[in-house]
Amino acid sequence: MSKAIDPAALRAQFPILNREVNGKPLVYLDHAASSQKPIAVIEAQREYLMHYHANVHRGVHALSQQATDAFENARTIVQRHIHAAESCEVIWTAGATDAINLVMQTWGRDQISRGDTILLTRMEHHANIVPWQMLADEVGASVDVVEVKDDGNLDDEQLRQKLALGPKLFAFTHVSNTLGTVNDAKELTRQAKAAGIAVLIDGCQAVPHMEVDVQDLDCDFYIFSGHKAYGPTGIGVLYGKRELLESMRPWRGGGEMIDVVSLEDGTTYAGLPHKFEAGTPHISGAIALGVALNWLNGIGAEAIMDHETTLAAHARNGLRSIEGIRFIGSSASAAGVVSFVVDGTHPYDIGTLLDSQGVAVRTGHHCTQPLMERYGISGTVRASFGAYNTLHEVDTFVAGTIRAVRMLRD
Amino acid sequence: MIDLLQQRQLEVAKEFEFFEDWMERYEHIIELGKELAPIFEADKLDENLIRGCQSRVWLLAVKDDEGNVQFRADSDAIITKGLAALMVRVLNGLTPKEIAQANLWFIEKIGLDAHLSPTRANGLRSMVQQMKHYGIAFQAKV
Repeated sequence: MSKAIDPAALRAQFPILNREVNGKPLVYLDHAASSQKPIAVIEAQREYLMHYHANVHRGVHALSQQATDAFENARTIVQRHIHAAESCEVIWTAGATDAINLVMQTWGRDQISRGDTILLTRMEHHANIVPWQMLADEVGASVDVVEVKDDGNLDDEQLRQKLALGPKLFAFTHVSNTLGTVNDAKELTRQAKAAGIAVLIDGCQAVPHMEVDVQDLDCDFYIFSGHKAYGPTGIGVLYGKRELLESMRPWRGGGEMIDVVSLEDGTTYAGLPHKFEAGTPHISGAIALGVALNWLNGIGAEAIMDHETTLAAHARNGLRSIEGIRFIGSSASAAGVVSFVVDGTHPYDIGTLLDSQGVAVRTGHHCTQPLMERYGISGTVRASFGAYNTLHEVDTFVAGTIRAVRMLRD
Repeated sequence: MIDLLQQRQLEVAKEFEFFEDWMERYEHIIELGKELAPIFEADKLDENLIRGCQSRVWLLAVKDDEGNVQFRADSDAIITKGLAALMVRVLNGLTPKEIAQANLWFIEKIGLDAHLSPTRANGLRSMVQQMKHYGIAFQAKV
């Protein structure tokens, strides 16, 4: 049984939450776009820059060794956090988008060819759509999608049919950033793997909110970004099964990823994980992401999920009194996201009026335009919750939305 | 003698003078948006759309018999429409040259200058640019 969250104690660790916006205390409900950072993460970056910054893996001197130890230790933290079998299966990337592009450029180019199909879902973030479209265009493959039902869940029946058509890859999101739908990633992976189809999971919205076990999922690739999981921007993770990563060619060439470079005899490459990490990495970002994941662990995935689900339910209850409100996505297994439109109002107007009351929400298509098209809307207002949000903040948000709608309609 | 552009900007500045917070300002902007006559559905063409806004903004301009520019604008977001109404009110009926060269100081005066940043999604910046483009284009066309 996990310990319940004490938001007040947690909030004290987030300096940014003390600030005001437009003369009102900040209510930050845009966690799904990027989470705020606890002091431990901020201090980790500062500590590195103040005391042991040096390039990693190359120096014999003390600073370089200290930086390398911290950098590789962070990799081990990620490995344990997502339950990867080995730390060499954890590749540092510049973010989730970068991680998907890496898979596309290496595994994708080798494995996907003319006539092949890449299967996605209607609820993917553009980052898990566009790279595959680019690859498909280039090699003459096609992209197919599993549709989303009205309630925001995937159409299971259609999924079975489309998997039976034998796509080469099934790439799907673990948790929808727009709907909050939590896909049964283990079951989806099981079905795909049973048909011999490779699986990539976008875990950006899962890692900050729930326990992720890549071995239990049995997926081939799992990717996530640091900045949505209380870590810094500019750092992300690609997890891949060892045999798969070993079989893949490197993508970016440069320092760090080599074994021997010879202008006469050509170049041989480093082993995992460095084969995919050309150039000087985001050292402080990796170290601080490790700290962020440890911080998350300290609170506990289950407690965070419970807390955020409570906040989302509280928000829905409060908003329900607004006439003409329509929640987009009402999956029973929705994570801490509330997405909605209100008849006769534009999401942008509601977002602007909330901002002037100090409440930060996201408006627009949330980088999921195909999903917006599915629901026949151009965008939504989205409130997304993190461990540090309180019921009181949800009340402020609900009251602010009610006030905004009244102003817009009167 | 004070010109029309200055006079209108002074009027708008005065109107916004006593608002104490953003909610009051927006309340007024929303009212202005509601008062602005909508454009015809037939004019809501892609070619009249201004890019770079989260909401859709349409802007049309014609030169009247006296050679002055008449604007019409609309948006599916009411705050954006209110901002458009302000711009139309200040610039409508001026000569192409006046519009092309207009120093729109009222925007800063009423605190909307933050909305002129390219990173804002409300389209005020694009609106101002597009209106000035019309001024320049109508100057060129004799």
